Amino acid sequence: MKTVQNVANGKFSVEMEVVGNGAPLLYLHGAGGLTGMDPFLEELGRDFKVYAPHLPGFGESTGGEHIDDVLDAVLFYHQLMDELGIDSAYWVGHSMGGMLAAEAAAVDNSRVKKLVLTSAAGFWLDEHPIPDFFAAQLDELAQLLFHDPNSPIAKAFTAIPDDFKALEAMYVERVKRLAMASKFLWPIPDRGLKKRAYRIQAPTLLLWGESDKLIPPVYAGEFKKHIKNSREHLLKAAGHMPMYEQQEAFCSAVRNFLKG
Amino acid sequence: MKFTWFHLMPYRFLPDDFKEKYRSVWVDIPRDLYDPKLGHRLYNDYLDQLEFADRMGYDGLGVNEHHQNAYGMMPSPNIMAAALARRTRNANLVVLGNSIALYNPPIRVAEEFAMLDVISGGRLVAGFPVGTSMDTNFCYGAVPATLREKYYEAHDLIIKSWTEEKMFAWNGKYTQLRYVNLWPRPIQQPHPPIWIPGGGSVETYDFCADHDYQYSFLSYFGYIAGQKVADGYWEVMAKKGKEDNPYAMGFAQCVAVSETDEQAEKDYAPHMDYFYNRCLHVYNGFADAPGYRTVKTIKAGLLGQVGKQASLRREGLTWGDLVEQGYVIAGSPKTVRERLREALKSLRCGHLMLLMQLGSMPPELVRKSTELFAREVMPHLRDLWTGYEDRWSPKRLPESEIAMPAPLKFELEVKTNGHARHGAESSVEARGAAK
Repeated sequence: MKTVQNVANGKFSVEMEVVGNGAPLLYLHGAGGLTGMDPFLEELGRDFKVYAPHLPGFGESTGGEHIDDVLDAVLFYHQLMDELGIDSAYWVGHSMGGMLAAEAAAVDNSRVKKLVLTSAAGFWLDEHPIPDFFAAQLDELAQLLFHDPNSPIAKAFTAIPDDFKALEAMYVERVKRLAMASKFLWPIPDRGLKKRAYRIQAPTLLLWGESDKLIPPVYAGEFKKHIKNSREHLLKAAGHMPMYEQQEAFCSAVRNFLKG
Repeated sequence: MKFTWFHLMPYRFLPDDFKEKYRSVWVDIPRDLYDPKLGHRLYNDYLDQLEFADRMGYDGLGVNEHHQNAYGMMPSPNIMAAALARRTRNANLVVLGNSIALYNPPIRVAEEFAMLDVISGGRLVAGFPVGTSMDTNFCYGAVPATLREKYYEAHDLIIKSWTEEKMFAWNGKYTQLRYVNLWPRPIQQPHPPIWIPGGGSVETYDFCADHDYQYSFLSYFGYIAGQKVADGYWEVMAKKGKEDNPYAMGFAQCVAVSETDEQAEKDYAPHMDYFYNRCLHVYNGFADAPGYRTVKTIKAGLLGQVGKQASLRREGLTWGDLVEQGYVIAGSPKTVRERLREALKSLRCGHLMLLMQLGSMPPELVRKSTELFAREVMPHLRDLWTGYEDRWSPKRLPESEIAMPAPLKFELEVKTNGHARHGAESSVEARGAAK
């Protein structure tokens, strides 16, 4: 169900998907945002009450001008939880959302029951440079994001609309989203998490697509080095977007970890 | 009417298959395509060309800033302007300019501009571009979403550092300084005239109108396509109740003069082709980082200068098309006179920025075009806009107060006489003149 939450006396207006019943699960989307076609949220909603807020700058959410850096974003999520009356939740963060979830946990462990970082950004290894997805064209993006760039799901993600109005709308939306994402990811997706990740106490699952070409699984290993109570889980036939490409395997790994 | 001879300083020796073999002339162009020995010759040829334009009576000499590319080899235009300050006497130094959001602290730009103004006796035009997305976001790593805010703050700081009588503290979002106390002060008080080069962002119109700056539209599409931007600018000026003074607008245009229209095609067509197909061969992913252009500009439907859309628009254009569509104003002096008069009137432009060395154009052709324009075109257009005051040109020291560099002595001439410097007629001429 789509809701709009007023946060911090109108500083932010947050468009949010709220799905299902159970313990609260906060889902932090990646730089591409939620697509409006995100069936894995429903699936997770069978066991949890899923809150999936659009970060300001994404979807209908506003107030992006009050978020300049990682700390601003972390405090935004904490404030949102305060106003939703949630003390502590399961956090699932994808890509950029994984980076922000890890940062949020490092700032305040008490808000995190368990943490799932999937295809997460936040580190940089010179030996494994992360490709510049800001500069990537749609066809290149399909290669970077998906195990099978020719699958229907990959095609749907990178389709170019025929009519000009839709194309313009898509372009404007992309600019809005990535402009916000650039505050955390440009030009190198590293804002110093390596200095702070030692603080993360929550049991952490590092859930990666085996053939992630954007942030390859070697980065799961890097997170493992920094987060003491963490373990890796690789998903077969999945790239950078495992919740779309291997929805069932993704959801069951999340469920098993959070309920286990 | 005023004329600035504007140099882009391209690398002239990219391979013929450059476009097929490499994805971009900017950002990730392989370093081994640059030969520093050829670079040495090019810088010196290009400075010769600007100095020649000074002697031919052009009002301004234009230079600008770009990074990691073969389109324009001036990471620091201030170095070029410094060289010109000593070897030219008359023309203004139009530095269009320094991408002020990239410098930390930005008062570095205020200092260097003040130095140039003092060295040149008050001949500086200070240009403040945002900078292309390739330069600012990709080469210099500036976050696209905050680039403009950073630019505005840098601007405010620089202006305050020039205008404030006393030392002050600056508590900005991007720059904090306890002591701002600019030494030296510019000759032109409180500061040199400011021109803002733009590629068609709507915010820039407002910014220029609000601050009484000159707006310089730097387009590669020529005056016909540029009309939309000029109209947008004058509309904003009118709305804000500003005077429709043509000197408040600059426009960059490719211009190439030869003896006849046919000869112009023979002379310049291959070099224009090099300009459009090699110098502007920019990978689409580098053309426009997300957040670089505002949503407002995108919705205004203004086309970016480079990238896929821009290349598609130029694809397959013949010399005849380029001339017809105004990308280049080329031909005999008579043809160029007529087209330019029409263009300048319809744009309402008082400061023409002439792009006369284009792509692979060699020195002898640059010299020919520059000289023909100065002798047979420029004098015929001087009468344009006579009723208006040009408030955007430098106010230099009176002649009696200008310091003269000591004359050069060419004792080294004997030694360098046999030295191989092929083809560069202008440098040969310089040596000849020294004897």
